[in-house]
Amino acid sequence: MAKAVSIQIDGIEVQAEEGQNLVDAIRGAGVFIPSLCYYEHIQPPLGTCRVCTVLVNGKPTASCTATVKPGMKVVTQTKELEDVRKGMVEMLFAEGNHFCPACEKSGDCDLQGLGYRLGVTATRFPHLFVNRLIDYRPERMVIDHNRCIRCRRCVEEVHTDAGKAVFSFVNRGKDTEVAIDYKAETELTEAQALQAMHLCPVGAILVRGKSLARPVGERKYDQPGQGWEKEEGAIEVPAPKPGAPKKVVATTSLAGCFGCHMSLLDIDEELLDVVELVDFNKSPITDVKAFEGRCDVGIIEGGCCNSENVEVLRAFREHCDILIGVGECAIWGGLPAMRNFIPIEECLLEAYGRTTELEDSKVVIPKHEDLPELLDRVYGCQEIVRMDYFIPGCPPDARHIWKVLKHALFGQPYALTHEEFKYD
Amino acid sequence: MQPATDLPDRRTLLNDLWAIQLEKRHISDQGIKTLAARYQISEVEIEGVVSFYHFFHRQPTGQYTIYVNNSVTAVHSGMGAVISAFEEATGARIGQTDPTGTFGLYETSCIGLCDLEPACLINFQPFTHLTPQKVKALVWQLRRGVPVEQLANPIPQHLRYQLPPDRAVLLRPFVPGETLKPLLQLDPEEVLSTLEASGLRGMGGAFFPVGKKWRLCREQPGNEKYILCNADEGEPGTFKDRMLLQYLPGLVIEGMIHAAYATGAAEGWIYLRAEYRWLLPELEAAVAAYYDRGWLGAQIPAKTPFRFDIHIQLGAGAYVCGEETAMMNSLEGLRGEPRVRTYFPVERGYRQKPTVVNNVETFAAAARVLEVGAERFAALGTPQMKGTRLLSIAGDCERPGIYEIEWGTRLAEVLDWAGAKSTLAVQISGPSGQCIDPNYGDSCFDWDDLRCGGAVTIFNTQRDLLQILRNFSNFFAEESCGVCTPCRAGNFIFTRKLDKLAKGLGRADDYVEIQNWSNIMRQTSRCGLGRAATHALLTAMEHFPGYFSRYFTPNGVAGAQPFDLEAAVSDYRETVNKTLGTTKTN
Repeated sequence: MAKAVSIQIDGIEVQAEEGQNLVDAIRGAGVFIPSLCYYEHIQPPLGTCRVCTVLVNGKPTASCTATVKPGMKVVTQTKELEDVRKGMVEMLFAEGNHFCPACEKSGDCDLQGLGYRLGVTATRFPHLFVNRLIDYRPERMVIDHNRCIRCRRCVEEVHTDAGKAVFSFVNRGKDTEVAIDYKAETELTEAQALQAMHLCPVGAILVRGKSLARPVGERKYDQPGQGWEKEEGAIEVPAPKPGAPKKVVATTSLAGCFGCHMSLLDIDEELLDVVELVDFNKSPITDVKAFEGRCDVGIIEGGCCNSENVEVLRAFREHCDILIGVGECAIWGGLPAMRNFIPIEECLLEAYGRTTELEDSKVVIPKHEDLPELLDRVYGCQEIVRMDYFIPGCPPDARHIWKVLKHALFGQPYALTHEEFKYD
Repeated sequence: MQPATDLPDRRTLLNDLWAIQLEKRHISDQGIKTLAARYQISEVEIEGVVSFYHFFHRQPTGQYTIYVNNSVTAVHSGMGAVISAFEEATGARIGQTDPTGTFGLYETSCIGLCDLEPACLINFQPFTHLTPQKVKALVWQLRRGVPVEQLANPIPQHLRYQLPPDRAVLLRPFVPGETLKPLLQLDPEEVLSTLEASGLRGMGGAFFPVGKKWRLCREQPGNEKYILCNADEGEPGTFKDRMLLQYLPGLVIEGMIHAAYATGAAEGWIYLRAEYRWLLPELEAAVAAYYDRGWLGAQIPAKTPFRFDIHIQLGAGAYVCGEETAMMNSLEGLRGEPRVRTYFPVERGYRQKPTVVNNVETFAAAARVLEVGAERFAALGTPQMKGTRLLSIAGDCERPGIYEIEWGTRLAEVLDWAGAKSTLAVQISGPSGQCIDPNYGDSCFDWDDLRCGGAVTIFNTQRDLLQILRNFSNFFAEESCGVCTPCRAGNFIFTRKLDKLAKGLGRADDYVEIQNWSNIMRQTSRCGLGRAATHALLTAMEHFPGYFSRYFTPNGVAGAQPFDLEAAVSDYRETVNKTLGTTKTN
């Protein structure tokens, strides 16, 4: 039994075991500290993700790389540290290509779970949109490099019975990734392969036929206790003030699927309250095509994939006091941004140049002065105009949209339940 | 992870890879298979090592492999035209070989010839002051079969400023064995106290007191200890270690012998960067000469005779291997990733044993301290920085080369000696250092001011700061080891941010973001590379507000972000025009 020593965490004296990993000591003291790469029995600790950064005796340190020493002073909760740690998580989202709605691991993913828990609605960094491989060559596994966060757990932990490494880092710098050894992979037992999949904190290592074993809704981060508790909250609708002018709302769907508009309509009978409180101006709901005046709030679904999207978005910015981006596509491009890895020539030829459905064998890429022109990639709204709020989700929960809208319109404070914020 | 002692001994892996690379001009699938079998590890692990070092290639690199330096002084002295000339003369496009496989043409990070730019390595032989005309002639001669070694340019010593004899420390006449004489009178303990009294600090950039480091190593239990000489001088703009290794290798070796005597280590390594491969024969000969004289090997004469052996390990192209723990991993045949700092190298370093790591200049200075005495050394410099240091001066000046200055010397004086005219900015300590305005204030080389790691790179008013900073940013994005998030992703993100500024799309918001993002990288990065990567950008923004105001224009009215719609639709238009009238290819 290791010696119990006294350390300070955020000014409070606590007991911890000398030599114990600091992450464990902080958690043992009941303080939340996020982590992604940390895996208890890997020694020395990986120290790759840096999400658990704290101050140790005043020095920024990834807490998983520190051990308890008597009298050490640890600071975990300052505004700056919280921002720095959140920044790390945002950086991983910006670096990889994380299309959560299309991911087998959604709900079981530590990165996604941490995103919810830290309240990441949009990443502050530009998405890098690097074309990454989905490796179908391994016999039993699929390795999706789009999702890998290079935590190194698999590199250190997954070995064949003969002791050979199955994964290794390859390349360097921005091109660093994890590669799999095809031969060693065939030597893994079924159980070892599954263990590798579960070891992966994201959805980068998948075992064929096994990746959806646990239904969505019953997954790790679907359960209360994983950083959230179940709560029920009724939506309160403010009573319209007699004589007060109605607030004006405009909405649009740019490069989106209208799913977010559907979600907006999902507030059901409360829609009746909404129309008491607001007038809709330009919106597919009203079919008003052009702005008829100033609006209090503009709701944007979808990102910008063509010149018209850009013009419409700019018009919204011009006419609306507050702009709210609703859904992943508005925030950073979302599913339409899956084309961002492919040169536009390739996209257009695939659509118009390689099909023989038309009798005419000419390649005709639609172009007309009335047709919008495609952009080189799909852009998130904040790359075109300043956005005031984002509501993440695919689509966001109706109650979430409604709460944010109410807040924007009437300045009402609101709190979101985990289920409203979560969107898988 | 298993303890290091259980791992197969991979120390020879880098040499094995070098043998294959040099013979076959690339590392083939078969080569990987063979080595995986030899070391009994997975092929992917070999692949991991190969792909970490940029002088190991998986594709053939031609009978003549040409590496053109792309550091900023090279760009400024005409690298672009030189590359075009090479492309034209060899038929190879940059990053590829020509169709016949005769020439391979690649860009590479700084090759330590910044005083002689534009420069390149051909089959690891140096070629300097290149011009398109010279390139043409060179390729023609190579095609005629003239050996590369015959064509290579001699590298001058380029000593531009030497202190008067009573103040010079490093650059003074050297007689082999002279600095070893005091060992006949001194105990190891006395060597340590001499160094401590001298106030000598490490010259690699962290400036840790040398005597203290050696003492910490000596105090560690156990007999197996190592001395590592960090000759991986990779910071773009630095080349003073090159000069020492070429012209004063004995001094460096003697410094290592002192370290061995003082700490009790019996084995030492010089980790030589592959860019200096052309120095290898001379360096090997220098080491051999010390064996011949009995100053290396068993029974080295001293008050208490001792044993010490020196080996040389060649790197394979990775800036980050200048970080001491990365270097130790590289010596062990691993990817050169910095280790988690659980222990200091003096506690557990190379092969998990107590290890002293110092760079070339530090060992040379330590030997001189023993020669001239602590008192004389300590009388030089400033209260916090004793003695002298070598500067590698390059860029826009009349006399690029090596300068030995006393700590406390003013920057203005140095620029004057170098013949710098119309200077806009000076980059101190390379891309990881500060970008400062020399006309502002009176900076001097000292602890609290310019704590210079050795490089002074001068830019005149013709140069564009943003272009310089983008060069640095690309360098870090390539040279990050890639292990930790902030350095791997952060440096990449910064290249995009600077692209945005260069396109004229920057706003005041970007200024704030650069500061916020830099702070995140500084607080979270695992080693100095990520922590220092945006230092030049931040200091430049601070020193040149007037210049940057054009890139950080006030935020747009009504929340419009700058967005170049014309540029964004140009690919579409081009595709439409290109495909007009073409037929479908199913």
